[in-house]
Amino acid sequence: MLRTKSKTGLVFFPAFDWAISSTHPEREERLLYTQDQVFEEGLLDIDGIIEFKPDLATIQDIRRVHFSYPDEMSIATESHLISAGGAKTIGIQVLEKNIDRGFALVRPPGHHAMRVVHGARGFCNINIEAIMIEYLRQAYGVDRVAVVDTDCHHGDGTQDIYWHDPDTLFISIHQDGRTLYPGTGFHYEIGGPTAPGRTINIPLPPRTSEEGFLFTLDNAILPILEEFKPDIIVNSAGQDNHYTDPITNMNFCAQGYAELTRRLEPDIAVLEGGYSIEGALPYVNVGIIMAMAGLDYSNVKEPDYHPEKIRQSPDTTRYIEKVVREVMDVWNRGTDMRERSLAGKKFADRERTIFYDTDNILETQKETIRVCPDCSGVLRIDSETDRGRRIFAVHIPRKACRECRETGYQWYDSVDIRKYNQAILQDRPEDQYLVRTG
Amino acid sequence: MIIGLGVGGTHTDVVLIGEDCILRETKVPTDHSNLFDCVWKGLEEVTQDVPPESIRRAVLSTTLTTNAIAEGKMVETGMIVSAGPGIDPGSFRTGSHYYCVSGSIDHRGREIQPVNAQEIENVASRLLAEDVRQVGVVGKFSVRNPKHEIQIRDILGNRFENVVLGHRLSGNLSFPRRIATAYLNAAVYPIHSKFFQAVHNSLKKKGLNIPIYVLKADGGTMSLEASLHMPGQTILSGPAASVMGALPFASDTEETLVLDIGGTTTDMAILIRRVPLLDPVGCELGGYKTLIRSLHTHSIGLGGDSTVRIVNGSLKIGPDRQGPAMAYGGPAPTPTDALFVLGKATNGNMEASMRGIRNLADQLGISSEDTAHLIFDQACHEILAAAATMIEGINSKPVYTVQEVLEGHQVRPREILVLGGPAPFFAFRLASLTDFQVHVVPQWHVANAIGAALAKNTSEVTLFADTERGIVVAPEEEFYQTVKRDFDKKTAVGLAFELLRKKCLKEGAAETELEMEVLEEVQFNMVRDYYTSGRNIRVKVQIKPGLIPEYRDIAERLFNFCPLPGAT
Repeated sequence: MLRTKSKTGLVFFPAFDWAISSTHPEREERLLYTQDQVFEEGLLDIDGIIEFKPDLATIQDIRRVHFSYPDEMSIATESHLISAGGAKTIGIQVLEKNIDRGFALVRPPGHHAMRVVHGARGFCNINIEAIMIEYLRQAYGVDRVAVVDTDCHHGDGTQDIYWHDPDTLFISIHQDGRTLYPGTGFHYEIGGPTAPGRTINIPLPPRTSEEGFLFTLDNAILPILEEFKPDIIVNSAGQDNHYTDPITNMNFCAQGYAELTRRLEPDIAVLEGGYSIEGALPYVNVGIIMAMAGLDYSNVKEPDYHPEKIRQSPDTTRYIEKVVREVMDVWNRGTDMRERSLAGKKFADRERTIFYDTDNILETQKETIRVCPDCSGVLRIDSETDRGRRIFAVHIPRKACRECRETGYQWYDSVDIRKYNQAILQDRPEDQYLVRTG
Repeated sequence: MIIGLGVGGTHTDVVLIGEDCILRETKVPTDHSNLFDCVWKGLEEVTQDVPPESIRRAVLSTTLTTNAIAEGKMVETGMIVSAGPGIDPGSFRTGSHYYCVSGSIDHRGREIQPVNAQEIENVASRLLAEDVRQVGVVGKFSVRNPKHEIQIRDILGNRFENVVLGHRLSGNLSFPRRIATAYLNAAVYPIHSKFFQAVHNSLKKKGLNIPIYVLKADGGTMSLEASLHMPGQTILSGPAASVMGALPFASDTEETLVLDIGGTTTDMAILIRRVPLLDPVGCELGGYKTLIRSLHTHSIGLGGDSTVRIVNGSLKIGPDRQGPAMAYGGPAPTPTDALFVLGKATNGNMEASMRGIRNLADQLGISSEDTAHLIFDQACHEILAAAATMIEGINSKPVYTVQEVLEGHQVRPREILVLGGPAPFFAFRLASLTDFQVHVVPQWHVANAIGAALAKNTSEVTLFADTERGIVVAPEEEFYQTVKRDFDKKTAVGLAFELLRKKCLKEGAAETELEMEVLEEVQFNMVRDYYTSGRNIRVKVQIKPGLIPEYRDIAERLFNFCPLPGAT
């Protein structure tokens, strides 16, 4: 009789009746063969693996994370609510100690969804991990969280949401942004002025294989986690680093994903991308589930797996060693950088444009944060799209000091609403979300 | 006339049913060491002086295979298992004659690694040397492509008494369950076939050349001949028989909880508008998780004869049974004894019951009557709690489409049907403890035999098509064909119905019983390189479980008893 080492929860939600469009990678068929493989392997019958029905995320859950324009239900479909709800279900079960760890094998994904949402980017509408994390913080008082994003694409949405949060360590390991969507995630992207070094980007060169991923894990990710000491580790478990993935250029494999999961020991894993629906996902998902459960996955392999054919070159190995050194340097300088930025300006600005590739929207953002010595600082965002929609958003962080709270309300109350479609205040300490319409 | 026979833990019940009433009923003590004799005795009693040609059929629900599995009394069985990559197939070992061989098929049914004939030849030699006569052959994803299982069977040839192929047993995915199911079917084959051949021959000898049907775990029947191919289907037909016996009295507009309160256990099941709810994957028995289609039943170790004791100052009922109630000479107090103390039961040794309950009462420091009340109420509460847990389990079953999540259908029974020994007493108390409508099943004492008699044939067909590969396969039906690109869901459903119809008639169903319905029909657009390359279609159809149509409408009347002369 098979029995797991750790009690492992699984939410499986393949959304067999939902697609971005009928031939889009994010379509009904995506998890069909994964379901076949998971069912045929009998994983759900194994003593110690428990399947849960996903909850639906609520509007309030989304409002802890996003500023959605014009409103949440215009941004998220029911499928997104189930997908975020599935992640939340696993989080709840872990914190209720009904399971030791769990995997939300859900779609659609969410790690490209940023704090402000005007539409879909990179197949993502709402950030399912962030929605789960902020729910767990609200309901269970979880404080320090590490998100390790192992999707092949830079998790720019999660990075944006936690850019100013010193209590959330965001580590993204991905194919170099010079060669892949969304084109960001360089090692010098380290977090905002109140949270420098809490964003860690590890861009890996194309054709990185198992060796390179595990080297990075052992020499950067694990030592950083060891020092950060998170209450929970969340893995954004994208599976598009696979050697058969049609939209990326990496050489990772099911054995590697399973081994990475075993070493990382995430409390919660959430599926992100991965579009090799036949050649990779069935095997990678089985490998991840077994690794989480502490089962022997040594025989979980793709039918066409030949490690020697996909092994990375010595040049790639040397390049990765250099990247890891740079990353560790960023991490080690984190405290210094924070002190330096506190000694600088009282308010810091950031201006950028964000392209919503899925919905073809261009957004321009002006962001101002109060560089606060007592908390992570109140934030305001002036966001305008090329369709002429403009919102003014204020985020009062979870542990805001009195002054930042007052500043936030003052910004919100005094904004000239005639210039905007909406003014929104997200008051995390009070778990409130206020909207004024212009 | 129809004969229904239900073997129970203590008694074997047999009924002879006519057009509008029970003509005869008899009870024979069950002798598990000689099941044939008690079955035969029962059959003889109800058929005495009955013209053989007037008997249309006999349906038997036995504990033969169930007990063989539960008690581990199965014959040595060889298993040949080909897995390919994935979980180590050694984890699913069924016994010492378990051989993992090469060969692998992927999730779409493509051959990844061929069968090695020499390897199979070697396994066959070893099995023969080990004197193994029964063999199960199972491949991972064999329901998507049965080629390897068939090849292995062909290599084994006719050197074994019986070879069970995994893909023929169920169209559902689950390699470990397929292994367990093939193993059980092979391992109970000799005991099952010997028993039913004996019944068949004995009836024939008596001039009773009547068709024999066997009840299955899903509450349906199959012909004796069909059961020889899948004897595993007969496990757990006992609880199924009782549920089918309760069926005519269930509401046809509501959901119903059926409670069969026996001596040792209480078995529960759910009816949805008179249709029994099936287990989504397959039943579990004796530690084996199988793909055997069965009613969704739940059993707890609490019945009329459960031992009542004081543990840490409070009452504990069951889960063991040490014997009958003290009122009937048993060694320990039971809920039945509580009924005696409360004056609800009378035809036994009241003194003994009083003694047993008083002993418990003294330990609790309350009166005997209060103790009896406490026992009775606690038994009711525990049964209701277990039912609630079962229903919760049914309702928390995950679903995989947005629509199903949003619809979120929940099972909420508003009616309880009670059968079994203490049924009337329990029904009364359950009614006052809940807001359910509670009814006692009339003739509850032979409900299992009646259920067996009136159950109709049930079957299921699973069909899988992949138009990119150009194949359609219905594994259980030995159906494997090529299809053109235009094969679609509608055609698939039509084909599945056709196969189902054929299967049922072969299993001995009458034309009138073929009430077919679709359980699942999904079609996925397969896209490769941004272009549609085919369709992936999955269809499951079934014969709705229920009672044979001619009797369905008059089933209620059947529960009148109008004895034929000569009945015991």
